[in-house]
Amino acid sequence: MTATAMKHAPFTQSRKAPTGQKLCSRTDLVAFSGVAAWLETSQGAKQIALFYLPGHERELYAIDHHDPFSNANVIAHGIVGDIKGATVVASPLYKQHFRLEDGQCLEDESVKLPTWKVSFKGADVWIEG
Amino acid sequence: MSTTSKRNVVIIGNGMVGHHLVEQLVENGALAQMNVTVFGEERHRAYDRVHLSEYFKGRDAEALALCDADYYASHGVTFNSSEAVVSIDRVEKTVSTERGHYAYDHLVLATGSYPFVPPIPGNDREGCLVYRTLDDLDAIRDAAQSAATGVVVGGGLLGLEAANALRGLNLETAVIEFAPRLMPMQVDAEGGELLREKIEALGVQVLTERATQRIEDGEASRHRMVFQDDKILETDLIVFSAGIRPRDQLARECGLEVGERGGVVINDQCQTSDPAILAIGEVALWSKSIFGLVAPGYQMAKTALSTLTGGDTSFAGADMSTKLKLLGVDVGSIGDAHGNQNPGARMFRYLDPLTQIYRKMVVSSDGKKLLGAMLVGDNSVYDTLLQYYANGIELPKEPASLILPQSGAAPALGPDALPETAMICSCHNVTKASICAAIDAGASDLGAVKSDTRASTGCGGCASLLKSVVDHELAARGVAVDKSICEHFQHTRQELYDIVRVEGIKTFSELIEKHGASGTHHLGCDICKPAVGSILASCFNEPITDAAHIPLQDTNDTFMANMQKNGTYSVVPRIAGGEITPDKLVVLGQVAQKYGLYSKITGGQRIDLFGARLEDLPDIWGELIAAGFETGHAYGKSLRTVKSCVGSTWCRYGVQDSVGMAIKLENRYKGLRAPHKIKFGVSGCTRECAEAQSKDIGIIATENGWNLYVCGNGGMRPRHAELFATDLDDEALYRTIDRFLMFYVRTADRLQRTSVWRENLEGGLNYLKEVILDDSLGMGKELERQMQTVVDNYQCEWAGAISDPDKLKRFRSYVNDSRPNPSIIMTSERGQLRPA
Ligand SMILES: Cc1cc2nc3c(=O)[nH]c(=O)nc-3n(C[C@H](O)[C@H](O)[C@H](O)COP(=O)(O)OP(=O)(O)OC[C@H]3O[C@@H](n4cnc5c(N)ncnc54)[C@H](O)[C@@H]3O)c2cc1C
Ligand code: SF4
Repeated sequence: MTATAMKHAPFTQSRKAPTGQKLCSRTDLVAFSGVAAWLETSQGAKQIALFYLPGHERELYAIDHHDPFSNANVIAHGIVGDIKGATVVASPLYKQHFRLEDGQCLEDESVKLPTWKVSFKGADVWIEG
Repeated sequence: MSTTSKRNVVIIGNGMVGHHLVEQLVENGALAQMNVTVFGEERHRAYDRVHLSEYFKGRDAEALALCDADYYASHGVTFNSSEAVVSIDRVEKTVSTERGHYAYDHLVLATGSYPFVPPIPGNDREGCLVYRTLDDLDAIRDAAQSAATGVVVGGGLLGLEAANALRGLNLETAVIEFAPRLMPMQVDAEGGELLREKIEALGVQVLTERATQRIEDGEASRHRMVFQDDKILETDLIVFSAGIRPRDQLARECGLEVGERGGVVINDQCQTSDPAILAIGEVALWSKSIFGLVAPGYQMAKTALSTLTGGDTSFAGADMSTKLKLLGVDVGSIGDAHGNQNPGARMFRYLDPLTQIYRKMVVSSDGKKLLGAMLVGDNSVYDTLLQYYANGIELPKEPASLILPQSGAAPALGPDALPETAMICSCHNVTKASICAAIDAGASDLGAVKSDTRASTGCGGCASLLKSVVDHELAARGVAVDKSICEHFQHTRQELYDIVRVEGIKTFSELIEKHGASGTHHLGCDICKPAVGSILASCFNEPITDAAHIPLQDTNDTFMANMQKNGTYSVVPRIAGGEITPDKLVVLGQVAQKYGLYSKITGGQRIDLFGARLEDLPDIWGELIAAGFETGHAYGKSLRTVKSCVGSTWCRYGVQDSVGMAIKLENRYKGLRAPHKIKFGVSGCTRECAEAQSKDIGIIATENGWNLYVCGNGGMRPRHAELFATDLDDEALYRTIDRFLMFYVRTADRLQRTSVWRENLEGGLNYLKEVILDDSLGMGKELERQMQTVVDNYQCEWAGAISDPDKLKRFRSYVNDSRPNPSIIMTSERGQLRPA
């Protein structure tokens, strides 16, 4: 499959939501897999993918839900794994891998998805401001 | 027609070698310079004579044919079947048949040979037959219907093959040989004795040193054979297989030079004494030798191509080494097997009367070179010995070690010891050098090397040698022949399967905990997780929607629908056998209307509804399940559809209820998760309207039951399914498919269709038959049990999901908002919605 990525207007990495926002609760998450959520930003609503790895050093990740290779909103539905030491999600359409930590695509150096800081506050999932 | 500039080439004989020449002409673009006309005396177009005996096992004339029916016409070659050439006029340069005269510029004789029938009084009685053509086999089958006993005259290679065929036709069978032993050309006295024991053990009577004096009316049977000592043998049917003779009569009559004992004399360019006339195949005599095998014939065809097109390839003789399985007994013969062509040669012999194995090596007087070898009962060392012989490789210090029993595997000659010129596949003339060249040009696995070089696609005898050469060469180039599935497991899929089954491991986390490679975070990846998910499902068939299994699934399996390119999903309910009630059809239409779904009939005889939004899937399925539908597994690597024709219920040709059988099969195997998708087809008669032979499992009704075909494929690399078993009753059919599918599930690589699996299976179709039909590994019952577990644990995944609120939570596009995915935009085309 040779899909080329739509190059994004450069989002800065770990761009800050205006304030801390509650996204959903822990029970909405699916262990070792992803779900999608809406995030309100100053530039409008944005779709993000939340991944939950209970028992791992870092349990929660938030990364752009939009797949630049297929141009579809599908990243939350990819398979989570680790490749050469990095925790990644594989795009369900054309199978490129994105590092959950910083959004870097392993197959194409020039592609990097935006990521956000997320954490649990009690039973809720908060995206940090 | 502007034929004036083109030369007329006439080929007499459309046997294996004559056909190969046409193929060569086509492939090399030679048809641009010539008009080719082929005359075949038989009514069939060229077929695989080497595998003629499979005709009795259900491979029909069409399946034995060497090319498609329209091959000649589509390449502009004129082919006249059932038209024998009766004379050649070398002065006028014409050939004549009963229908007319035809001019030639070049003539090729590819008339093959005929079976020699000894001049015994009575040899022309009814029921005295030969074994060479399809028509001969039809005659034998007809005669066998009213016969109880059969005799084969001639205990050579073909005689034993004929004896096997008679046995297969349920005749009490005897073989009569003039010489003191069977296969006198290939084996010596010891080998012959061993062969006799083995063949008698199969219930075939062996009579040696018998010269038949006459054949006359019998008392208890149709014929009575009277031998030199006045002893007699009565039988209903006689097949003569006393050697072959070149069909050189046309050549003799037009004055071409022929050998003392027959055969049209040719030079290294395959030209006869008249340079405008070539001869190839079994009719040709080169350097006083006739070559009664197909590989040298193909070499001659290549040489003829070169001669006809002004090339400089020449024929330089051919090795007559052979390896065969006759009546289930291995026999191998290499070079000077008797040691009578090399004065001073030394013999090494090994005879094991218990396991009935005989091996003999003929070695040069200095002990360094292998000159010949003879094997009876076990051919496992054949490949190695052939390489020593063919490449003149120096023998080990103790040559005997090559034929003595080893504690481990046979002492294979490592592929690195073979020179570049070593012939690996003699059918297609593929050397080690050409294999290396294919690898260097990018072929990165066995399958690719096979399709690039055609190696091992002829008789298949070189399969294991080819594999070891390819593995070795890949390794030498640093292409890791590491079979690990990914960085998380240092195991192949098959090994993982065995671990899961033997240890009863039921989750991915337990498997990676116990058997994962060190140095990873034990999260797995998109390679191993779906593979393990599939293995767990094949073994235990727990719902893939269970919490422990969800993270393993590809998106399609997670949402039990196929994700389309715009992020929407398609919905495909099961329509077993393609049979659907009008009521259900109405429901499908209503659901599609209600949810705005694009509707299309699939190639698998069901209906695909496209464009469903993730959050609508549960409601859609709720309505479908209420109407009696269940999931069609279109998203899974699992059984897809069983396509059927309408069968005996409606069709005037049908001999069985193909729809009924298709529904039973689809309901039995639905939900079976496998390394890749599986498709079936069931046809109600040999007209094959369901195209079953292009499926993984194809079933064709016969008068007596069902014929089973396996490992076919459509798609990118079409492959005809191969006949696997004939005339099965319903129960035997289920049992055989149970075993076959489970064996595939256990041993295939991930994402390997049955066709590719079969092509890479060492030992090929015969091995598969041994495992499945003869239960050679003793695992038949276990395979059946495993399949029964899968069948018993089947539940519709969608029915399970919509009744479980926790599972339903997954089908929200967003966890914190119910607004639909805004990037899904549709437009309309031909009255339906489609992605914008
Ligand atoms: C049962 C059996 C098993 C065999 N097993 C093996 C094996 O395991 N390995 C192996 O290497 N070889 C095997 N062989 C031998 C192999 O089949 C032959 O070497 C090969 O078929 C020779 O090809 P050919 O084209 O020269 O002759 P053929 O295949 O015999 O073809 C000659 C054709 O020419 C036609 N013809 C003859 N005269 C005329 C005419 N005047 N006008 C028009 N047409 C004419 C004939 O009807 C025939 O169709 C086997 C043969 C048999 C019968
Ligand atoms: S395969 Fe035979 S039974 Fe089935 S539809 Fe065709 S002709 Fe009729």
